[in-house]
Amino acid sequence: MDISFALTGKGYVILASDTTAARSIVKMKVDEDKIKVLSPHLLMAYSGEPGDTVQFAEYIERNIRLYQIRNTYALRPPSAASWIRRTLADSLRSRKPYAVNLLIGGYDTSTHQPHLYWVDYLGTMSEVPFAAHGYGAYFALSLLDREDGLMSGSSYHDPEAPLEEGLKTLRRCLDEVAKRLVVTPEKYKVKVVDKDGVREIEI
Amino acid sequence: MSIMEYNGGSVIAMVGKECVAIASDLRLGNQALGISSNFQKIFQMTDRIFLGLPGLATDVTTLKETFRFRVNMYTIKEERELEPETFAHMVSSALYERRFGPYFIEPVMCGLQKTHDGSYKPFIAATDLIGCLNFAKDFVVAGTASSKLFGVAEGLWEPDLEPEDLFETCAQTLLNAVDRDAYSGWGAEVYVLTKDKVIKRTLKGRMD
Repeated sequence: MDISFALTGKGYVILASDTTAARSIVKMKVDEDKIKVLSPHLLMAYSGEPGDTVQFAEYIERNIRLYQIRNTYALRPPSAASWIRRTLADSLRSRKPYAVNLLIGGYDTSTHQPHLYWVDYLGTMSEVPFAAHGYGAYFALSLLDREDGLMSGSSYHDPEAPLEEGLKTLRRCLDEVAKRLVVTPEKYKVKVVDKDGVREIEI
Repeated sequence: MSIMEYNGGSVIAMVGKECVAIASDLRLGNQALGISSNFQKIFQMTDRIFLGLPGLATDVTTLKETFRFRVNMYTIKEERELEPETFAHMVSSALYERRFGPYFIEPVMCGLQKTHDGSYKPFIAATDLIGCLNFAKDFVVAGTASSKLFGVAEGLWEPDLEPEDLFETCAQTLLNAVDRDAYSGWGAEVYVLTKDKVIKRTLKGRMD
């Protein structure tokens, strides 16, 4: 089961996804990139049924690109997320629905706001400050929810935190999963989107 | 596990004196796991109609978009504003269209209906997931906490409440009912609709 995390901070969104491609109990690959760059300021982490995931992600990637070519500008994150959600929701009531869960992170270059959307295979969508899919969600969400008891008012996740602090918070999530989850992924791919666009970060 | 309880959430609407109120919780969950504490289920359809959509969250978003489209088309074609009672039938027929593969939503709506003498009459209605209408005179409930909402509302509601009293009744009914339901809660919002204004209040709730 794949694990993905995402969190927002001051002017950025971080997405992290494990890099294993497994089939049954066997690891087939340990360097799979499961975060697609949809446009200069939009990222999408995908997980779910193998086969469906890549097929769906590429379909989305190319349609977002097509929109950009036709209209000379890219869809802003809320519009792109709405369209992706609708694609999944329509697929749900088709003969063969895509079983794909998504985290969509983007930076709106018009309003200078970061956006993060949690989307599941049913087409459920919610804009959230932080999100996770897979077994990691059971550990990471409660960790990110936590308010620091000693310094009242500060919490583990801070939507106003600078990037270095956000990456530290992400590190905490990955460590918690490594400590408590039975089957731990060994490697994660981490990507950040902010006003300068998309880049990969070694963690 | 029923698909109606997959994401959780509840809505209630109440009638007052020349006003109506509608309230919902703000939880979005995946069964017992909470995903968001800011998932809106109530949407303003026109100046005088509010729609609450508890049920499967994917259908909440889909139906919100569908009804925005249908209300806009009606307003453009008819060149007049949609009345709440007409809207209730629009909701009912939209759901019945999917009779054998339904949207998993039990809509609750409220509004102020224009009468012949130009005044406004409070209106509330609810339907089941295939569009069977229920026009109630007092209150309507739906969602995972519906059984608890019925109990509390039965005890607290009285006829001809003024807007502020109706707000308090509606808010307390919801807040106390969702505290007894694991799948609803995580904050709430209340709308009170009177003939010249809309009062929106976001409430804090228990976060457990």
